[in-house]
Amino acid sequence: MTEKIPIHWRLIPQRYNLIGTECRTCGEKFFPPRDWCPKCRRKGIIHEFKFSGKGEVYSYSVVHVPPAGFEFLKPYVLGIIKLREGPLVTAQVVDCKPDDVKIGKKVSLVFRKIIADGDAGIIRYGYKFKLV
Amino acid sequence: MTKVAIIGVGMTKFGEYWEKSYRGLIQEAGVKAIRDAGVSGKDINAIYGGSMTPGLFVEQEHTSALMADYTGLSGIPATRVEAACASGGLALREAYLSIKSSEYDVVVAGGVEKMTDASTYSAIVALSGAGDQEWESFHGATFPALYALMARRHMLEYGTTEEQMAQVAVKNHHNGFLNPNAQFHSKITVKDVMNSGSVATPLKLLDCSPITDGAAAIVLASEKKAKEFTDKPVWIIGSGQASDTLALHDRKSLSRTDAAILAGKRAYEEAKVKPSDIDIAEVHDCFTIAEILAIEALGFCKIGEGGKLTEKGETALKGRIPVNTSGGLKAKGHPVGATGIAQAVEVALQLRGEADKRQVKNAKIGLTHNVGGSGATCAVHIFKND
Amino acid sequence: MKIGIVSYGAYVPKYRIRTGEIARVWGENAKRVSSGLMVYEKSVPALDEDTATISVEASRNAVEHAGINPKEIGAIYVGSESHPYAVKPTATIVAAAIGASPDLTAADYEFACKAGTAAMQTCMGLAKADYIKYGLAIGADTSQGKPGDALEYTASAGGAAFIIGTKNIIAEILDTYSYTTDTPDFWRREGEEFPQHGSRFTGDPAYFKHVVSASKRIMEKNKLKPEDFKYVVFHQPNGKFPLRAASILGFEKKQVELGLLTPYIGNTYSGSSPLGLARVLDDAKAGDLILLTSYGSGAGSDSFVIRVEKENEKRRNKKRVQRYVDNKEYVDYAIYAKIKGKIKEVGLQK
Repeated sequence: MTEKIPIHWRLIPQRYNLIGTECRTCGEKFFPPRDWCPKCRRKGIIHEFKFSGKGEVYSYSVVHVPPAGFEFLKPYVLGIIKLREGPLVTAQVVDCKPDDVKIGKKVSLVFRKIIADGDAGIIRYGYKFKLV
Repeated sequence: MTKVAIIGVGMTKFGEYWEKSYRGLIQEAGVKAIRDAGVSGKDINAIYGGSMTPGLFVEQEHTSALMADYTGLSGIPATRVEAACASGGLALREAYLSIKSSEYDVVVAGGVEKMTDASTYSAIVALSGAGDQEWESFHGATFPALYALMARRHMLEYGTTEEQMAQVAVKNHHNGFLNPNAQFHSKITVKDVMNSGSVATPLKLLDCSPITDGAAAIVLASEKKAKEFTDKPVWIIGSGQASDTLALHDRKSLSRTDAAILAGKRAYEEAKVKPSDIDIAEVHDCFTIAEILAIEALGFCKIGEGGKLTEKGETALKGRIPVNTSGGLKAKGHPVGATGIAQAVEVALQLRGEADKRQVKNAKIGLTHNVGGSGATCAVHIFKND
Repeated sequence: MKIGIVSYGAYVPKYRIRTGEIARVWGENAKRVSSGLMVYEKSVPALDEDTATISVEASRNAVEHAGINPKEIGAIYVGSESHPYAVKPTATIVAAAIGASPDLTAADYEFACKAGTAAMQTCMGLAKADYIKYGLAIGADTSQGKPGDALEYTASAGGAAFIIGTKNIIAEILDTYSYTTDTPDFWRREGEEFPQHGSRFTGDPAYFKHVVSASKRIMEKNKLKPEDFKYVVFHQPNGKFPLRAASILGFEKKQVELGLLTPYIGNTYSGSSPLGLARVLDDAKAGDLILLTSYGSGAGSDSFVIRVEKENEKRRNKKRVQRYVDNKEYVDYAIYAKIKGKIKEVGLQK
């Protein structure tokens, strides 16, 4: 099965390096990237912006009933991370016991396998976070 | 422009039905509603049918044509409406608008979902399409997990407790017990909910609505036509719809559902009523926390006080503002596309005085609140009897 | 023109399994195994880690240590025997993940445990010939040990990355020499899950012959003696082989000790001697001479004479190897088997 290859390939800069955008008109940063500033609209000047990967836990949940493919990862921590530069992003929090995760704890970016497309398909890598 | 009324309702029993098929469910609910309205096929001008993802559940798209075909109405305009779990609510609104604008006189609004033909894992994957595939589902965010993320913020910001959330499920099971069409007829306690096993902390199994098969349909008519067919019309006096960001992490707040607040405001404005005028509300309790978010968004209490309101029993059947008298999504079941219509069925029955053991005394004004995904879509409708 | 190491980065996964725990499962005497191998525990990668993720973490650390713009890296080579794909290089995944530009050459290397040092040599050549400004050489592995086999006690996961160049170097590579023969001591056929080896044949005719020959020859060429070196790092399949090689060559135990990590993290295969070198560089001072000799089955050894520059004391690596070694959490054999894919159908895939 060679599924949805272009979709995932297009997102490599975002998934590997947290490449988002910023609106130079109002200063707001976007991750996932937006090509159109909702506030400034056509007055917005959009440029690429690379996030530092530093942030803190904004919310989290320990997932015990995972979707297909993630069965052997359970229980895993799904978090919403507040990046230092402002935006919130959904990602797993790894390398810790589920009980160690608390709202407000500082995290930093790591590069991990997200899921593989079967045992012969493409391996999709992406961002996760670890407690620092 | 004309007033619009519900003149007939029908729904299948909700539950896990191996012998019933997608098209069978449509037929059953459609026929019940048409009979209840007393209309015949040639009176119907159009169908709007809500269905979230028959493509993934039963590998069938183009279900608009299917709905018209299998209810023997081929030829009339048929439209499928999709907004994840708000598909039914949006189908209701589209049907309402089509009559209000005088384009049609009699329209059927239906909703259907057949969820048990796919495996549970596949169902979870299909439902994750209601979220953001690229930025949420890809990372392992399931539906329970997204609502759990909201619950945790709500607990942090307002002190809401897991026990308060559990009470939503207890209340809804109590109500569902009295509803012959509900999936579950079992009474549960707070302790049962707390011990039911984690799904995505802090949500446990009994905090979550089930996987369900079912269909519901209502017949809407213009004021002139309504008077021809029934002496118990249920008027739709307000309809509001709103959208919010697809992904939860893009919202302005994780402990509030802005689309619901907006949709509610728009419906209240059109209906010229206030939250305190509502006698019975069917809200979208896909998870217990969702009901708490709903009653706050709809103004039944202040933001943050939903847990307390529930704990005090004010949303119980005999409470100040009965919520989910049908059993809600939790006990009645949640065939995704059908839910928005099934909510309207319950409100119509209540306003017609036909809700049997669940009847709210003197119910005059009712409200339905249907949400898509983690809050990206919301449709609120307000109803009044004569 | 000086050619040397501009910066380096290491990565070792967090989880560990004790030798005793593995011995318990196979009915072996824990003390005898761990003292026989001089390996007490080994690193275990998490279910979502592999050679690519380890290479990326190590490379990101190396780029941060260098303080350079990753777009100036002109070559990336990843040496491993556990590349995630048989066809599709790990090197391009690393390139994308460190923000390199498309203006580079890349490839994956395989030469058992010496693929990482072979990558270093290639980068040296390209940089010295002025084809590239910086080259990135990585040795990383998530090696598999056959259940019940001796190698299961030591096959572990980890990696190190080196940025090679001619400017701002923290250590000059004065010379490199390799000794290579066709020796079938340890191998894995395409499609096979676990390697096979020649038991005692992997000792004298393989490891020792190549490590000793390469080390002797490079010292001769450069008119150096063991006592001239502050540190020596050998490939470390277990804790004992490097000590014996040191003894044969006339080095003292204290010269080997600092860079000997295998007793605590196991044999990281292509990461083995590179990680040892990184550990040494964390502490080495200006003027220190380091001898690095890797070994890869099949077989060959790459030897390097390295002299530490003042720059290494000015620009210490904040992500020290010891920090990775010490940051650990133990798992039992059941969790280990689950993570390492030894249980059929268990993996992170749809």
